[in-house]
Amino acid sequence: MTRIADTFTQLRARGEVGLIPFITAGDPDIETTFALVHEMARQGADIIELGVPFSDPMADGPTLQRAAERALQHGTSLAHVFELVRRLRRSLTIPILLFGYYNPIWRYGGERFAADARQAGVDGVLCVDLPPEEAEELKRETDRHDLDMIFLLAPTSSLDRAQRVLTRARGFIYYVAVTGVTGVRTTLPADLSDMVRRIRAISPVPVGVGFGISSSEHVVQVAGIADAAIVGSAISQVIEQSLGQPDLVPRVGALVAELKTALRSIAAAARNDTGTASSPRP
Amino acid sequence: MPKLPDKYGHFGLYGGRYVAETLMPALLELEEVYRQCRTDSTFKRDLRALQREYIGRPTPLTFAARLTEQLGGAKVYLKREDLCHTGAHKINNTIGQALLAKRMGKERLIAETGAGQHGVATATVAALLGFSCEVFMGREDTVRQAPNVFRMRLLGATLREVVSGSQTLKDAMNEALRDWITHVAHTFYVIGTVAGPHPYPMLVRDFQSVIGRETKKQIVQHEGRLPDYLIACVGGGSNAMGLFAPFLSETAVHMVAVEAGGIGAGRNAASMSNGYAGVLHGSKTYVLQDETGQIAATHSLAPGLDYPGVGPELSYWSDRQRLRCVTVQDAQAVEGMRLLAETEGIIPALESAHAVAYAATLAPQLPATAIVVINVSGRGDKDLQSVASFLGENAL
Repeated sequence: MTRIADTFTQLRARGEVGLIPFITAGDPDIETTFALVHEMARQGADIIELGVPFSDPMADGPTLQRAAERALQHGTSLAHVFELVRRLRRSLTIPILLFGYYNPIWRYGGERFAADARQAGVDGVLCVDLPPEEAEELKRETDRHDLDMIFLLAPTSSLDRAQRVLTRARGFIYYVAVTGVTGVRTTLPADLSDMVRRIRAISPVPVGVGFGISSSEHVVQVAGIADAAIVGSAISQVIEQSLGQPDLVPRVGALVAELKTALRSIAAAARNDTGTASSPRP
Repeated sequence: MPKLPDKYGHFGLYGGRYVAETLMPALLELEEVYRQCRTDSTFKRDLRALQREYIGRPTPLTFAARLTEQLGGAKVYLKREDLCHTGAHKINNTIGQALLAKRMGKERLIAETGAGQHGVATATVAALLGFSCEVFMGREDTVRQAPNVFRMRLLGATLREVVSGSQTLKDAMNEALRDWITHVAHTFYVIGTVAGPHPYPMLVRDFQSVIGRETKKQIVQHEGRLPDYLIACVGGGSNAMGLFAPFLSETAVHMVAVEAGGIGAGRNAASMSNGYAGVLHGSKTYVLQDETGQIAATHSLAPGLDYPGVGPELSYWSDRQRLRCVTVQDAQAVEGMRLLAETEGIIPALESAHAVAYAATLAPQLPATAIVVINVSGRGDKDLQSVASFLGENAL
């Protein structure tokens, strides 16, 4: 069993919903990313999603575009990201998932990518622009090196298509909460819970929900319907607002702690309500 | 010859659908609708009527007598896409895609544009067929192609100025894709070239192939035989694929793809000549990029060529050496523009001027019996300001 699957098993045993914070590696520099990963793990993150910066992030809104630009200003590459993960692994066991676009991976070489990622201590990879139709080649390599390739489903995916994507799922399935790009939103779609329930009912793997999840309220909303909440732009916004300030890392830590506390309070309430220790699964 | 693309949208190694999941269902639906329309007699009749009555097709294949005489070699013919309504070949494609959008019940068209020709062509069909229209254009391009910005606004389109990245065509396409991801339910993305995710490279090629079909018929009327060379400029490659596609199986016809050499090494937009296989804007193709897979900044005086990728089918034929890639630099292109203006009274677009400039070096090396066809893909009115400032004091 991979570290990601293991984490979800433990979360379920505790009746908790996972928190997956996202930051872009190298934003604003690799040393800060190193400190941020440690801090987020300490404050209750369950899985870390590390963005591999790309010059043309077509599924990202302005916040994550700027995060990638900052990381690319000093040339953050896949090789740097692997080096970072190697260093993190000396003291951290939290699962690490790389999130990015296909071209840097393709240029690095799929086979070499999977081997180096595994060797560095990466647990999974999510390529936003690599739908299952195009993923076979890379997935052969990630499977061979026991990395979880995470696929996405979106509000536009039909149930029929979801079923086909789910047969290839490993680790968890990433449900895109909004029809749109990444970015902070004030409200989530009204039909989010119906959509997630439909997918969760047929999914052999846990379901994480991301894109637009921006606040404790959103995280709590997700907690009622999914196995994990993924928060990206809201965290990058804090990084951006704290650039050059000494308390950048603790400020991000405080946000992660706030989100995790919200999730834990839901779990506690559920335990008191039902007397059981598992979140409801359909 | 293999039937391309295959059912996954692949041209050998290239092509495909490298997009976010949110767009996959829309691409599959578009492919399905297009496959129906391809054989639907009403769709084909509507398309042909608009080509004739609105675009003004067929466009002439003009024998360039004075240019031929001056170059002193092969006979040079010009395929006059500059005479299409709106002044460029782009409208061949936007008419086709707008008819598909109607079929699909979409209300809103979006488009990316570099030189502004595709933006104008999309705004035009939006006005003609009753869609709302938003066009994404890099800020740098809105400055150097100001006349087209005004034309789009006059046609009722909303211009969305793109300030991210290099503020040119690549960034306009990123923004258009982001908009499409967000409004996919009621919006049709009119991609302007043979790039992007499947089925776009296929359907844009098919809509543009009218250029090559007419050329084939016309050159036989003029000369009683097929040409020896076809020359077209390539940014994304829609005018080139449109001219080349009907000739691919005619192995005696040479094809030359003229890429933007900009101002030389590291400052150009010649994806096939200088790039590596990669994934950009939804397809695998030759891409100008650095060794870590970041997309490179490009340069060309011609905004329509100023793009780091190229249509996947061109990458495929280039690998198989069915077409030859050459580059022409900014200054040569300006000379090409001048040459065609002075010998034939035709001011070509800076993009098309790249093809003219290459023909000017090729034709003198060929015997007088050889036949060369240049695709004059658009007219140059939009470029007068930037050519004047390029030439500076020596203007004319």
